[in-house]
Amino acid sequence: MLNIEGLDELTQMNTFQQLIYYVQENGAYLWEQFTRHFLISIYGVLFAAIVAIPIGFYIARHSKLADWVVGAANVIQTIPSLAMLSILMLGFGIGVNTVIITVFLYSLLPIVKNTYAGVKNVDNALMDAAKGMGMTRWQQTYKVELPMAISVIMAGLRNALVVAIGVTAIGTFIGAGGLGDIIQRGVNASQGGAIILAGAIPTALMAVAADLVLAWLEKKLDPSSRVRK
Amino acid sequence: MIEFKNVSKIYGDGTKAVDDVSFTINEGEFVVLIGTSGSGKTTTMRMINRMIDSTSGEILIDGKNIKDENAVELRRRIGYVIQQTGLMPHMTVYENIVMVPKLLKWDKDKMRETAERLLKRVDMGNEFLDRYPQELSGGQQQRIGVIRALAANQDIILMDEPFGALDPITRDALQELVKHLQEEMGRTVVFVTHDMDEALKLADKIAIMSEGKVIQYDTPDNILAAPANEFVESFLGEDRLQQRSTMQTVDQVMVKTPITVTSDMTLAESIRVMRDRRVDTLFVTDMHHVLQGVVDFEGINKNRKKAETVSEIMSHVYYVKSGTLLSSVADKMLKRGYKNIPVVNEAGKLEGLVTRASLVDIVYDTIWGDDEEVESIPLETTQYQESE
Ligand SMILES: Nc1ncnc2c1ncn2[C@@H]1O[C@H](COP(=O)(O)OP(=O)(O)OP(=O)(O)O)[C@@H](O)[C@H]1O
Ligand SMILES: [Mg+2]
Repeated sequence: MLNIEGLDELTQMNTFQQLIYYVQENGAYLWEQFTRHFLISIYGVLFAAIVAIPIGFYIARHSKLADWVVGAANVIQTIPSLAMLSILMLGFGIGVNTVIITVFLYSLLPIVKNTYAGVKNVDNALMDAAKGMGMTRWQQTYKVELPMAISVIMAGLRNALVVAIGVTAIGTFIGAGGLGDIIQRGVNASQGGAIILAGAIPTALMAVAADLVLAWLEKKLDPSSRVRK
Repeated sequence: MIEFKNVSKIYGDGTKAVDDVSFTINEGEFVVLIGTSGSGKTTTMRMINRMIDSTSGEILIDGKNIKDENAVELRRRIGYVIQQTGLMPHMTVYENIVMVPKLLKWDKDKMRETAERLLKRVDMGNEFLDRYPQELSGGQQQRIGVIRALAANQDIILMDEPFGALDPITRDALQELVKHLQEEMGRTVVFVTHDMDEALKLADKIAIMSEGKVIQYDTPDNILAAPANEFVESFLGEDRLQQRSTMQTVDQVMVKTPITVTSDMTLAESIRVMRDRRVDTLFVTDMHHVLQGVVDFEGINKNRKKAETVSEIMSHVYYVKSGTLLSSVADKMLKRGYKNIPVVNEAGKLEGLVTRASLVDIVYDTIWGDDEEVESIPLETTQYQESE
């Protein structure tokens, strides 16, 4: 919220100074929207992972289903995010939940696809050895397939999270809050450039940081990079 | 004991991979399945641990039909080695070795002890335990593959062309190692290969397969002596069959009266025997002349104060049965450094002793022929040739 007395001063500053001023004045609000934005994205991706990883494992073992499932997820992916939000809003109303569901739907494809590819690519000889030595189906899954596929699955999560952060930014249109809220305020205000930046820069930073952290994790979990520490 | 009774396997697409096969693998035997590609060797082998279920017939292990057993538990009792090693890249060498013990929930100390002991058996040090398989050479990886199959004291080990991807020298070393481990630990091994030399070298019995059937199942010597049909002959190759006709058995060259003592003899008496007969090794037998072990001068000397009779200090001895081909014995003496190898009959009675000196005689004979011939090549011949 801008107070009226400040308005005069504000018009005399350049955009960068305005940005600093805005952040100083509205730090708490910004932080609140930042965490809200982050949590919406994370929840959507997490729920998607809970559903999509098992589906990926399942279709890796039942290849006939794979094309079908990946195809369906592909269709979801091609729906523009604004259209998807609007359609879902009709069903679920306005608010956070609808955005989380949207993120969830967009995250399904990259996670299913990567889980499928990761599990499918586990060397047959490894699975043969695992089974031949007396692992149960479940042990084969969590002792061999999961650790062997985990880095590829992480790559899927990473894709999903980056997309999710972008999708969440437009969630403001259905009143879900998040950094999109700030951007929209800037758009609506006259000379709102600084406010737009105050929303856009953290959004971009969040996406880049998520990407970097998950890329690092992905590399660390890659079994082929295992050597003695 | 593993019994195949009229076992067939027809795959879903109608391929008859194994066709009414019956044979028995005795405990402690090293059986090699050999045949052309697609003859059903792998299928036959994988039916033993139920990686493939037979279509008809029965497979019994120690009299029990394996179909009545839980497949997972069955597999944990049977070692499994494949050509691609199947080592887990995300697990250390240690974790790979103790995979089955871990599934069986052994305690940590026992697993550690097992891993270290087995690693030592394949001439690798404890420093390898924390490495990852990708940090080992192909030969080292397959060593780990082999000991992984022994780690839970499996009585039966299945091996599907385990050394097919290795260079000849490494393969040779690993063949020696596996045979040695098998003899020493008394495990039953079912080994698939299409390399006849490998089969002849390792097998107690060879099953020759073609088009899903076992054509001949016998000891290498018997197969060489009497191939069942033309297929077997062509599979063995002219060279090997010809070699066979000139091959000698241990009986022809062994020393007939090795110096023995009975197991209740005292150390002092034994020393006296050694001195009188001028030998440093004595074979220990029981009352019925059945071979029990061996004592040597060093062993007696070291234990002079601690032990009374030879039975307390004798060590195990590697022996062969009479009728064994000399070539395989020579191979062992040279590669494993035995000074001599006793020969026993079917009942275990000591019959004779193959010594390094007997090998020298053979080499002499093959280079210069029989004694008469040596005499019949007088020096004049050489002079005659020179004057030409
Ligand atoms: N899963 C399967 N489905 C259908 N047919 C199969 C299958 N596995 C093997 N076969 C067929 O069964 C036959 C025997 O195969 P098997 O693998 O037992 O042969 P092999 O003697 O081990 O050959 P190789 O020396 O090439 O390994 C072959 O004709 C093969 O094509
Ligand atoms: Mg095969």
